[in-house]
Amino acid sequence: MIAQPELKHHFDDAGQQLESSTLGMWIFLATEIMFFGGMFCSYTIYRSAFPEAFASTSHFMNVTAGALNTGVLICSSLTMALAVRAAQIGQKKALIWLLILTLTLGCVFLGIKGMEYHEKWVEHHVPGPSFHYEEAQYAQNAEILFFLYFAMTGVHAVHMIVGVGLLITLIIMASRNRFSAAWYTPVDMIGLYWHFVDIVWIFLFPLLYLIGHTK
Amino acid sequence: MSHPVVAIKVYVGVFLALITLTVTTVAVSKIELGEYNFIVAMTIAVIKGSLVVWFFMHVKQASSMTKLFVAAGFFWLGIMLVFVLSDYVSRGWLPRGVWWHS
Repeated sequence: MIAQPELKHHFDDAGQQLESSTLGMWIFLATEIMFFGGMFCSYTIYRSAFPEAFASTSHFMNVTAGALNTGVLICSSLTMALAVRAAQIGQKKALIWLLILTLTLGCVFLGIKGMEYHEKWVEHHVPGPSFHYEEAQYAQNAEILFFLYFAMTGVHAVHMIVGVGLLITLIIMASRNRFSAAWYTPVDMIGLYWHFVDIVWIFLFPLLYLIGHTK
Repeated sequence: MSHPVVAIKVYVGVFLALITLTVTTVAVSKIELGEYNFIVAMTIAVIKGSLVVWFFMHVKQASSMTKLFVAAGFFWLGIMLVFVLSDYVSRGWLPRGVWWHS
């Protein structure tokens, strides 16, 4: 089956159809900005309330893993951007391989994240009854930071898992010849989603891992 | 109808810039700069985020309407941060009036 998904009747032309998809996706992303924004806001409030306690936690963050994951996500954003480009010019093989590469990098990110969570579990840095913090005077406030750490990176990881599912769908669709240079809107839209999730990490990395590192 | 095709070298250039900025932000975090550590880290994050939005997310080629909605998304985030923080920062600035002690 060669894809010739015709223009939906309620649009004037393909340009208008693509424009409305792009706009709709950005409206969804605006709600995502607010969704993550709420957590960034609570992080900012608690950090300004307990600056020393928050700074002390950065010694227990695995900066190497965080930096590596930042690199992995940036690589996956590049492969995603190139996948959209391959779809634009109708290169099916390149599209599928670039999507598989993006998917693999996404899984590498989740694997590294999982190792970090395991480290936190072993070190008793997971908030809850077994929480233990090395600098006793900060224990209570450090627990808040670790709660925010798990909430923010956890919700981000859930977005990554959703993204992995979306990429698998795209790979299946692409291998069934559902896309052409004339119509590849899902690749374009999921690309936007993937880049957005990358941007969230770009902000999470310095806030959770780097700030207060020298103290 | 669709977006113009962007040259691969543009994407690779943006990618190299993002990697360079990541290395920079990690390197700067190891130097004691006081308050400036936070400012530098956030400035680099904003530059990285803007590069992704502008080039990878094709906002550069997007219509004015889409650009407006993108800007609105970040502007609303700004409103939320400024209003919430101005509440927290200004608590206790004003003396409690007589009506408080009834």
